[in-house]
Formats: sequence, C-alpha cells, structure tokens
Amino acid sequence: MVGTSPAQMTDWLVPGRSLFLTIHIVGIACFAYIVAKRLVPLIRAERDFRFDHTLTRFERVLKYWFGQWKHPRYRLAGILHIFIFIGFILLAARAFSVLIVGVSENFVMPGLSGKVGHFYDIVTDYAATIVFLCMVVAAVRRLVFKPARYSVPAKYGKAHTADAVFLLGLIAILMLADSLFAASMIAGHALQGQPVETLAFLSLPWMFQIAVGSSSFATLWAVNVTAYLVHEVTFYFLLCYRPFGIQFHVETSLFSIYFAKLERGTLKPVRWGVPDERLDEVKSFGVKKFEDFTWKHMLDFYSCADCGRCADNCPANAAGRPLAPRFLTTKARDYAFQHYPIFGKANNSQPLIGGIYSEDEIWSCTTCGACEEECPLLVEYIDKIVDLRRGMIDDGNVPQSLQKPLKALESRGNPYGKMEKKRADWAKAQDFQQSCSVKTLDTKNGANTLYFVDSITSYDDRMQSIGRSTARVLSHIGEDFCILGAAEKDSGHEVRRFGEELLFIALRDHNTDAIKASGVQRIVTSDPHAYNALKHDYKDVPPVEHISQVIAREVMAGKIQFNQVEDESKVYVYHDPCYLGRHNQVYDAPRTVLDAIPGLKRVEMKRSRDRSFCCGGGGLMLFYEPKEEQRMGVLRVRMAAEAGANVIVTACPFCMVNIEDAIKVAGMEGKMSAIDLTELVDLSIAREKCPEECEPATCGG
Amino acid sequence: MEILVCVRRVPDTSENEIELNAEGNGIERDELVYSVNEADNYAVEEALQIRDRVGGSVTVVTVGGEDDEEILRRELAMGANHAVLISDDAFSGSDGRGIATILKDFVRKGRYDLILTGVQADDGAAQVGGMLAAMLDYPFASLVNSIVVEDGRLRVSREIEGGNREISEIDLPCVLSIQTGINEPRYVGMRGIRQVASVPIPTLGISDLGADKSAVGEVAAKVRRVDYFIPELSKGAEMLHGSREENAAKVLELVAAKGGLK
Repeated sequence: MVGTSPAQMTDWLVPGRSLFLTIHIVGIACFAYIVAKRLVPLIRAERDFRFDHTLTRFERVLKYWFGQWKHPRYRLAGILHIFIFIGFILLAARAFSVLIVGVSENFVMPGLSGKVGHFYDIVTDYAATIVFLCMVVAAVRRLVFKPARYSVPAKYGKAHTADAVFLLGLIAILMLADSLFAASMIAGHALQGQPVETLAFLSLPWMFQIAVGSSSFATLWAVNVTAYLVHEVTFYFLLCYRPFGIQFHVETSLFSIYFAKLERGTLKPVRWGVPDERLDEVKSFGVKKFEDFTWKHMLDFYSCADCGRCADNCPANAAGRPLAPRFLTTKARDYAFQHYPIFGKANNSQPLIGGIYSEDEIWSCTTCGACEEECPLLVEYIDKIVDLRRGMIDDGNVPQSLQKPLKALESRGNPYGKMEKKRADWAKAQDFQQSCSVKTLDTKNGANTLYFVDSITSYDDRMQSIGRSTARVLSHIGEDFCILGAAEKDSGHEVRRFGEELLFIALRDHNTDAIKASGVQRIVTSDPHAYNALKHDYKDVPPVEHISQVIAREVMAGKIQFNQVEDESKVYVYHDPCYLGRHNQVYDAPRTVLDAIPGLKRVEMKRSRDRSFCCGGGGLMLFYEPKEEQRMGVLRVRMAAEAGANVIVTACPFCMVNIEDAIKVAGMEGKMSAIDLTELVDLSIAREKCPEECEPATCGG
Repeated sequence: MEILVCVRRVPDTSENEIELNAEGNGIERDELVYSVNEADNYAVEEALQIRDRVGGSVTVVTVGGEDDEEILRRELAMGANHAVLISDDAFSGSDGRGIATILKDFVRKGRYDLILTGVQADDGAAQVGGMLAAMLDYPFASLVNSIVVEDGRLRVSREIEGGNREISEIDLPCVLSIQTGINEPRYVGMRGIRQVASVPIPTLGISDLGADKSAVGEVAAKVRRVDYFIPELSKGAEMLHGSREENAAKVLELVAAKGGLK
C-alpha cells in the first residue's frame, strides 16, 4: 500500500511506523550508552574549575563555536568547514522533523509551517547541496591533494585518511538520502494532484525531482521509503560512530569551547582547589597516569578533530623534535578508547611516560603556544605538558642537563650557579657606570619604578648589554628606577613551566617579599619571560610592563626622538617573542617603536604576530639537549632572510641567544645580525648630549 | 642486599667561585654553597637501583657536622632507607686514614653486604674507599662503572684505556668506589626534600662507635695540608688568524702533529 509518509508504509514485514520507531529507539539508546561510557574517565578525572564567567564563556562560544573564528586561518579547509558547519546548523531542524515524520506523518516543526516553512525548505535544499559538495571537495583533498599536515609519521601510528573519508562518505549519503526523500515526496504529491512547493533551483532535491519526476507513483513511493530508511539508518549509524573518532567534535566542541581556558599566559594550579600552602598534602604531583588529567583535558582529547593545524605550527615538530601536539591528543584519545572500552571493564592506571609518551616528547615543548593559538577548538596543550612535567619531576625523572640548573636555582637563585652578590655587576661595567648609574634598592634608596632584570640579563655577558640599554633608556625618559640587585632571584618562569612548582613558589615568594619591601609603584622588565611571570604567575605585586610598552608610550608622547638610520642598506624584521606576543598580545608596541625611527626599512616575516615561530625557547630550555634534526633558531633565521631582512630585531634576551647562535650555525654571519629592540632604541635615541658626556646626576640615579 | 653508601658534602664547584683564604692554607668559605659530592650521588643512585632489583635497604652515612645533615636529607629524598650522621669534636682534623677508621668502626656495628663510596670527593684525594676496605679486610674495586649482582658476588667493570671495559668478579661483602656516569641519578626536587624534612637522622659520636680516640682526629692525622696556590698563568694560547677554512686546516694539522688523529 502506498501513502503520503514513510510512517504509512506497510509493504515490508512490519508497519513503517513501528520499524522507524524501533530504529529511533535503538539508535538513541546506543548513542546514550556510548556517550555514558565515554563519560566514565571524565568522572574519574581530576577536578577542573571551569564554571565561572558564564557570560564571557557564552561570548566565546558565539565567537569560536558559532562564529568559527579560527577556521579561516587555513583558508580552503576553513571555508569548507564553515559551509559544512552552517549547513549542519541549518539542517538540524529539518533532520529532526524528517526523523519524526517516519513515526508521525503529519508532524510539522513548530514555527516552520506556511511561508516560513517553505523558505526554510528552500534554504535547506541548498544547505544539503552545499554540504554534499563540501564532502566531495574534502574527499578529493584527502585522497588526491593530500595536504601534508594530515599525514601521520609512522612513529605516531597509522594514517587517519580512511576513517576521514569514510565519515565524509556517510555525511554525503545522508545529504543524498535527505534530498532524494524530499524530491520523491514532492514528485509523489504532484502526481496525486496535491499542491506542492517548488524545490530550490539547481539544488540536489531539485535535480532528483527532475530525475524521478516521470516515474510511476509506486516507484516514487518505493524510492521515498528507501531514501527514508537509508537516511534514518545512516543518521543513527553516524551518530553512534562519531564517538569512536575525529567526528566526536560535532557533539563535544560546544562544551570544549564553553569550558575552554580564559586566561592567556597562565598555568593551571597543581590541583584545582588546593592552595599553595596546602600543596604538601597532595600525594602525587602532576599527571602520571591518564586519570590524573582533568576532565576538561580529557574532553579536549575527545574534541580534537585531528586537523593537524597545531602540529603544522609547532616549532618543535618543524625542527624534528619528537613532539607534535596533535599526536599528544590522538595518543591520549586512543588510550582512553582502549582502556575505557564500550564493552567490558575499564583497565586503567598505566603510566603515561614510557607508555604512550616518551620523556623527550614532553621535554621538547618550548611552551610557545603556537598550537593553542591555532586550534579552532581551543584545545589546551601547555597545561597538559606542564602537568606531565610535574609528574616527571615528582618521580625524579629529569634529564641530567636540567638537574644542574635546577639545583643552582635552588641554592643560588639563578640557573648558572653564579654568586648572588654578582647579580648587579652588569651595571658596574666601567664605561657604563660613568655615563649612567643604576640604583640598587636598600634601606637608603627608594624609587618609583623597579627594573626587574632577571637572571640571563644579569649574568650573561652578551645579554648584560640589554640591561645597560634598558637602564640608559629609562634614564633618558627621566624614570626614577632601581634594581633589586643581590635581592633579586630568578623569576622562576621556566622553573614553573618545567614542572618544578615548589621551587617556583620559593623563588616567587622571595621576589614578592623583596618587591613589596621596596615600595615601588610599578615594575618594568626587558625580559618577556619575567614579564609573563610577574604578570600572571605572581600575586600582589605592582603592575608590570615590558620595556617595549614603556618606550612605545614615550615615543607616542614625543618624549623619545630618534636619529635618522645611518646604514640605509639595513632591512629590519621584528621577531615576536612568544611570551610578549602570543601570551600577552603585545604585538604593536615594538612595531610602533621601530616605525618611529626615521628611515628604518622594516619587513614582516610570513610567520609573525600570533603566528610567530619560536626561536628555540628560553630559561631552562637553553640547558636542555633536545633530540632534533635542526635548530628552531636556524629555521627562524632563514625565515627572516626569506622576508628580505638582514637585521632581526627582537625584544627578549633568550630570543637573542637563540638567534645569534642560529646565525652562526646557519653560516649567515655578516649577512644577518640580531639586535634587541632596547639596544636599537638606545643607539638611535637623539640625545642632546652624547651618553659619554652625560653626567650621572642628569642620567637617572 | 644491605647497602651502605658513604657520602660527603662538598662545595659545589659549578656554583661557587673558589678563592683562597688570606692564610693561603684553605679556601674562602663564607659564601659557598654545598651539595653532595657528585660521585657519591651516583653511588647512592646505584645502591637504590640495586635495592630495587634485588631487595634490601640502603643506608647513607657521612662524617661531619650538623650542616652535613642537608645532604643526608637529600639522599633520603632520593629514596635511601636510612641516614646516619657521624659527628664528634674528636673527629675534627682527621686525615683520610682517620675518616676510614671512623667508617670502619661504624661498618663493624652493622651488617652490610656492600659498601659504596664515590670514586673521589671534589675536594678529596680518593683515599677513604681503599683504606676502609683494607681495614675491614674486604675486597675492593675502584672506578666501578657497572654492577651486576650475581649469587654471593658481583660482576663489576671499570673503564680502561681507549674506552675499553675491564670486567671483574668480586666476592661479597666488598667495598666499591663508584665512577660518575654509572647511571643517571634521579632528580630530587623541593617537594622530595620537604617530605623527609622531619625524618629523624640519628647522630653517632665516638662513644657510640667505640672508636679509639688516638686513631682519629687531628692527633692521629699524619697528612697535613700546608699550602694552596694558584698556578701562574702561562703564556697565552696560540691564536690562529686566518679565514675559517685556513684555521680549520691549521687545527687539523696541529691535532695530527700531536698524534690526536690516526
């Protein structure tokens, strides 16, 4: 018998209504069971506090989920995804009503009757068509063009292409079945002489209507019911298959983005809800087994769409270190699927290091944040890396190359093991001291501003020049500033990021006391790592600025004027330090300063601003001996050359170490040089008197 | 296996600038930072690894003052089961033989299958291990860079000329001096040290050991340090002034001339 809805189908062994209702119930029950199983590890996971700032979180959902904010950073894939996403959103109501129609033939989605309904049908006809075309294009990309970032090196497992194409195929079938269902229905109604709506011109249903329109009513009915059955079975199969692979993000992304980390530059505490002073009560630090991850971090593992953007931007991966953020996630996801199976009991508590992760993999990260910046789903990596390192530190599992600097930080407050009393020696260089004296805080000396120097600028012969330039520039603008001298210890920025939380706390508390006792109103630093530490890791210290922000402000106010650039053949390029740029969004201040120097020619590298490429990492990373094919710095120096530059300007002493080394390693001495922004400013400032003649009294302290 | 590791606290050469004192017979100690002697730390790590393989316990011991407790705590944080501080005014001024005598008396009070020392203290003369073995009448192997536990004996190796290894068997109980590089000592973080902060460390004096007063301390010392001096700077190194390629060729030639290339 024929009818007007698949619900009325009685040709097969069971009535359509019963058959489709059964499929609904089974499909939904399976999906609910699978999701419940997927939630098991999240329930066993560590706490994570993500229930604050509701409004901000909703705004971010609007921007990153609904607005697909990050997607166009990869033009073609991003636009394809936006089309598919919009298509899915538009088709949601249609899919829902189609499913209901199989059980209740007269069902019309509330609000979608009459003209509105017709308009919605037209829109979704096109949506289904566009989604279908996107599937074709995406499959062709995967199978023919094979973008490099999708490939899986053998050491990380098998390629995911088959799975990806299978999923694309399922969605394509869904779109085809949906369109054929609509077309055969309309054609059938037309044949019965019922008034019918026109289908969207050139859409899939429109084409199907032309294809099947001349068939008999019985054929149309058979096509209609078959299309319906295919649609329904595919729909539920897809629904239940997604939690087994990369498409689970369709369900989880909304939650991942809602609960995503809000603050840049920060690190999660060792344990949420445990204040520093009660850390002694925590039995084990960091992540050692899968269940030590927080539920949000596990949700990240489920949400990852395996798009490869993180690894594509990861400097460690580019340099051939054994790390690619993408695989940190996919390996953890595979672990979760394997150890928390859909059927059978969970078998957990395997150590992760030496299991799915290697030590070198976890130490290879410079915490530059390129992966997190790129991820459309806001998956977090730095917190996970640091948690894994906390676990290794707690187990004593630390490379020898890092043990010495850590021990020196503990006993001397700097990674080099240099004497505390020599921390201010950089300011005592004879020719410098004559032109500019730097006050060291003590009971007699007070000042408005503290210059926080940090270890590398205090002790490294080359970097001391950055310290002296900073002091001269601060003097030039009439800043009443001082340094802590021997009372300063390492900011502990990398100590914390290498997972030695308690040593960091000791350093932080020492510095905090010294800063508070000094009575300064604000802090300036020339080291972005110290800047980030003081800004995000320290509590209750005065506001902190990076020297580039101070200089930019003074330039804008006209308090700093520059001489014309002497060497016209110099082409400058600015390298964004990770902890100034990505982690703290200071992109414009250094560029403003450079552009204020008359005659300065400046170019940009392809990878600049929030896509800046890490030079190799700072702090303890300078001591770590990575397994790598080449240095990140060398890659970076080549990028500068490619941009047509012959001077790399940076604003971080660690960048200077890495870039100057890389220039030598790359054999580009004489062709490329590096200078710190503050050094360049110091050289270029138009002074009324030259610094040599400058009296100490008129020059700061 | 019951293992004893003799450790010592020394100024950390990588974190200090060593200067002579005004008298010239010692070093300026005001601003020094100390740590466990590097080779001793490798010895402790080796002991811990042996214990974890074959069972037993690890005891660390040092002869010194109350300041030396910090390194014992560090080794406890690493995983040692027990720590003992041997301290007595009567021990001050002991020479190498005096220290070996004190340790011998301590060893005789316990039961140890294996005694490890570092190959040499940073400020020491590599004497104590050998003397201790002789006093105990135990077999001794020095410069050990690998240990395999066999039934009632050990198979140990040391590095000899040209990077080759010499393998020996040695009966237990014995004394071994451990070379750095035998393993990769685990890291001891702030947290580990804090966790053992309140573990009591027993202090033993001369009466506890039943040591002979005339065999230890300054009275018994037959080696006395009389002077330190800093060698005069010799003439500067030979500087090569040429292009990179020329310099490389010249270096190659010089190294070959000294027999550095085969």
